[in-house]
Parts: sequence; structure tokens; C-alpha cells
Amino acid sequence: MTQSSKSPSDPKARQRSFTGIQTQTLIVKSITTFVLAAGAAIIMIPFLYLLSTSVKSRDQLRQSPPPLIPMAADMVNINGTDEPLYHVTVNGQASDMALIKFRPGGKALFVDPAAPETTYELVIANQTAIRHVEIHFENYPEALKQMKFSKLLLNTLLVTFLGMAGMLFSCSLVAYGFSRFRAPWLNVLFILLLSTIMLPSQVRLIPTYVFFNKLGWVDTLLPLIVPQFFANAYDVFLLRQFFMTIPLELDDAAKIDGASPMQTLMYIIIPQARPALVSVAIFHFLYAWNDFYEPLIYLHSPEKWTLAVGLQTFNALYAVNTNYIMAASVVMILPPIILYFLAQKIFTQGVVFTGIKG
Amino acid sequence: MNFSPGKRPLSLSRREALWAYAFIAPWTIGFIIFTIGPMLASLFFSFTDYNIVDSPRWIGATNYVNLFHDDLFWHALGITFKFAAIALPLGLVFSYMIAVLLNSKISGINIWRTVYFLPSVIAGVAVALLWARIFDSKFGILNPFLEKLGIQGPGWFSDPHWAMSALVIMSLWGVGGNVIIYLAGLQGVPTDLYEAAKVDGATAWQRFWYITLPMTTPVIFYNLVLGLIGTFQYFTEVYVISNGTGGPARATLFYNLYLYQNAFRYFHMGYASTMAWVLFIIVLGLTLLIFRSSDLWVYYEGQIKGK
Repeated sequence: MTQSSKSPSDPKARQRSFTGIQTQTLIVKSITTFVLAAGAAIIMIPFLYLLSTSVKSRDQLRQSPPPLIPMAADMVNINGTDEPLYHVTVNGQASDMALIKFRPGGKALFVDPAAPETTYELVIANQTAIRHVEIHFENYPEALKQMKFSKLLLNTLLVTFLGMAGMLFSCSLVAYGFSRFRAPWLNVLFILLLSTIMLPSQVRLIPTYVFFNKLGWVDTLLPLIVPQFFANAYDVFLLRQFFMTIPLELDDAAKIDGASPMQTLMYIIIPQARPALVSVAIFHFLYAWNDFYEPLIYLHSPEKWTLAVGLQTFNALYAVNTNYIMAASVVMILPPIILYFLAQKIFTQGVVFTGIKG
Repeated sequence: MNFSPGKRPLSLSRREALWAYAFIAPWTIGFIIFTIGPMLASLFFSFTDYNIVDSPRWIGATNYVNLFHDDLFWHALGITFKFAAIALPLGLVFSYMIAVLLNSKISGINIWRTVYFLPSVIAGVAVALLWARIFDSKFGILNPFLEKLGIQGPGWFSDPHWAMSALVIMSLWGVGGNVIIYLAGLQGVPTDLYEAAKVDGATAWQRFWYITLPMTTPVIFYNLVLGLIGTFQYFTEVYVISNGTGGPARATLFYNLYLYQNAFRYFHMGYASTMAWVLFIIVLGLTLLIFRSSDLWVYYEGQIKGK
């Protein structure tokens, strides 16, 4: 990595550079790692809280501050009711006793489960509650059942994948048109296309809604899918940038063999542009999966909702069931996270973003 | 370019042009149906009284006059600007610093990158719900933590004075998207520039200030423009957290949320169209301003400067 490691044969030079530049870089690297680790912890804490809350019971939710690992008090049956167990110290003797009644002044009555007749009045703060790990995985099936998950999932998948197909089809055609041909006004049209990236969506929102309403498409999935078949500036731009890197000689060879432009696109460009197509497909998945505004506007009846709208409504109706809502949220963010880890390279190495610069 | 006589070269180039128009047709048709058409229609609606059931009734500039006298419009515009003024610069600087760190050659860098980009892939309803609970003054985790530091945590989303700060913190957590783009820009800076500077004895800070920063101004510019537009479309987070009301006490009634309420809750489609066009003009003005200023601070390597 550094100069010195390349010339191990010269121990003196190695020594010198180590005390100088290498110590400096070592310090810089340590500080960088430390700062990155601290930031990473801040990023991860909400996720840990999310997971932890999703497997707690209603009672466990009330613990403040919330323990990271879901805990519950050990209980013991005293005269027909369950009471929490404590490690207590009475006259220097340690034992386990049940708290049966709160008393004023931060005190409570404790009894020995083996001999519940004698009560001891002790300061609660001096005793430690006996707790055990208690995880409620059943929150997940319960939450999914309550929010009618399978129906919402089906709608979301339809919107996501049909839209993705439309986007890939139309954006490939358009990107090909913008990258491989000369025609009057083509550059002007391309700038026009790019300028739509900066257009606030609100300015076309209402007439588009009115239009779909006239077609009778409101409260169907169609307004979320059909527009994807008409390309979008962002994906066209990324694909075009990538298409431009494919050597023109390949096109020419195909042309000589008598291929039509359509065949050239299908058999030369598309196979070469696989990484770019995969990237825009992934970005589209994330966009469509997380989109909230359009599904909220267009989908009114619960059986038409996507997951985003369903989850929001589930929260609006049953906000107290934090555990169920967090469980449903975990399920909702799981597919993007899995996809993200599978396609990490695209994100961490910026495969398609290089076209953005200058 | 082609010197052979006759009609052939013309027909060849014409044929090429026809192919080009055919291939871009999906976008051209979509542009007319879903962009230019609706834009003009919403301009028309903005001069009408329209509730979607009855046909639009021309009322001239009434909507614009009413908008000018609408306190909630000014309030929504104000908090949107305030959020843009705080969250946008903070987010840009913050994500740039993270990108610089993530661009260093330390072991396990891909693991760190993975962690830092993670929030950006799950933005949406689930994240808003999660943060609403983190900030919860009774059962959240933030206030008990602050308490340990000796700070009495505020009510965050139940206190109108603190809701904005909570949203800013939330937005900073999700800056990963900006970081990805910055990182691509940083990786595009030619390494020979750094080597030349090292030979000339430039310090690390000088290399950053005179090479890295100028070379990445196009990416900063890109993130600034898209961030500005994104801020004026800010919606999901405030809708989810306030259940669409913009509460507490309208502290989260962002411009886009107020527009949504007018259009799809009260069905004041004409008035909402007016809001949309006013927003469009504001965003356009700000974008042009940034573009104008770009001559002063954005450096394009391939650009030929006038003499």
C-alpha cells in the first residue's frame, strides 16, 4: 500500500519512512476508523431499537428506559396472583422474594414464596428485580395478519415489478435513441429530458390525477404502473451514459451482418449493458417499494393499498401497538435491505454514478 | 460527410433520424401526456374554481389573490424555507465529510460504506414510524439517553418548537444517498493531480482545498440542486408522523402537505394548482439562481473558459 512495503530489501529506508510518513498515515487512519465507527454506531442504533421493539410484549413496551434486549420480570404465584420476584436482602441475608404490595415512600411489601405469611417492608430501590430474556416472535405473524399483509404485498409486488418491466423496456429504447443516432433537435430533446429531473412533481400532479380519474383508473394500480412505460429522465440518463461506453465497432459489425437497429439494441447493446440495467432495476425497486405519495393519492380501498400505505394506516389506527407496527416495519424494510446486500457493489463502488460527474 | 452523389446520403441520414425519433417515442409521448399536458392544464386550473366533480369555472386571478392572503400558505412556505435553510446545508456538508472519510484507503472500507448507505435504501414510511418512536418522550430511547447526559429532553414531535429539529436530525440520518454520489465524484478525481501536488510539497489540507474540493464542485452542485427540489417535495415523513395533519400546532405543515390537503382532502383542485404553480416558480427561480452562481464556484474540467 505504501512505498516502504514495496522495498522490504532496504531496512534502513523502511525504518525512516515508518517513523515519518507511515506513523502519520497510521494516526490519520486510526482517527478515520474511529470516527467512522462512531457514526456507524449512531446509524445502527435505530435499527437495533426497531428489532428489539418488534419482539416485545405490551407490558415490555412500558419499561422506561427501554432495555435493548427484551426482558420480563420473573413471576411467582402467591395466593392465586402472579407477583414479580426480587433479589432482596433482609438483615444481611440474601434471598428471593415476591413484591406483593407497594407502600408509600418508595417502599413495598415483600414475602418469601415458601412462607407467604410473613411480610417484610423494604425500600424497593435497594432490591433488584429478577428478569429474564423474553422474546415475542409471535408479534410477527400477528402483525402481518392484522394488517392483511399478503394482499398488500401482492399489490406492492405488482406495482414494483410491472413498473420495473415498463421502465426497463421504455428507458432502454429511449436511451438507445439518444446515444446511437444523429437527428435534428435530438440534443435539444435530450436537454429537455434532463430538465424534467428538476421539475417539482406537484406541477403536473393534479391534472394527471384528473386524467386518470376520467379514465376510471383511480383506485386501481394502473396509475402507478402505466406511466413507467413512458420512460423517465433519471434512468434514461444513466443508461445513455452507459450505452455511450459500448464501442461503436460492435454496432457496425452488426450492421454489416444486416442487423436492423432494433436487433442491434437487443443482441449487442442490451447484453453489454447488463450491469447498468441491473442497477436501474434495483433503483426502481427501491423507489417503487418505498413510494408513498402516489399510492396514497390513487389507492382508496384497503384491498388496493400497497405496503407503504397499509403500514401508515395500520399505524394511524393502532398506534399503541408499537410492537406490531415495528414488526410490520421490519418486514417492510427487509426486502430492500436484502437486495442492498446482494447488490452491494453497485452502491459501494458507484458503478453507474460515474456518469454524473461534470 | 458522405461525398457520394445522388439522394442516398440524404435518405440515409433521414432514415437515421427517423430511427432516433422512433426509439425516443416512448419518452416523447410520455412527455406530452404526463408532463407538458398536465403542466399547462394545471396552469389553467390555477385560474379556476375546480372540485373535480363539476367542470372548472374560470375565476381569473382569484386563487392567486386568496393565496396571497392565506396565512397557512405563508406559514407552510416559511417552515419549508426554514427546513431548506437548515437541513440542506447541514446535510450537504455532513454527507461530504462522510464521503471524504469513506474515500480513504483503510481496511474494511466496504463494510463502513455498506453501513452508511443503508438508511438511504429504506427511506419511507417504516423509517418515519421508527423515528416517531425514537423521539417519543415517554417510551423513546433518545430522551433517556439525554437524561443520562444530564439533559432534559424535549417533547420532540409533541412540542411545536422542537418538531423541526427532530425532522432535521431524521434527515441527517438518511444522507446516505448524497454520500453515494459524492463518493463517485471523489473517486473520479484523477490521482495524478494528488501525486503532482505531493511532489510540490502540498499538505493534506492543501490537497483537499485546492484539488479535491474544486474537482468535486460539479457533484456538490448536483446534490444542491436535487436537494433543493427534494426539500420542496418533502412529504412522506411529515405525513406519517403527523397523520396528515401537519401537527403539532401545524409545526410540520410543509408546503407539499398543505398542497395535498387542499387537493385531496378538501378537493380545492384549482387552489392546489395555484399552489403548485407558485411552488414551481419559486423552485425554478432558486434553481436558476444556483445555476447562475455556478459560474463562480463550480469547476468543470472539460469546460473551455472564454478569453
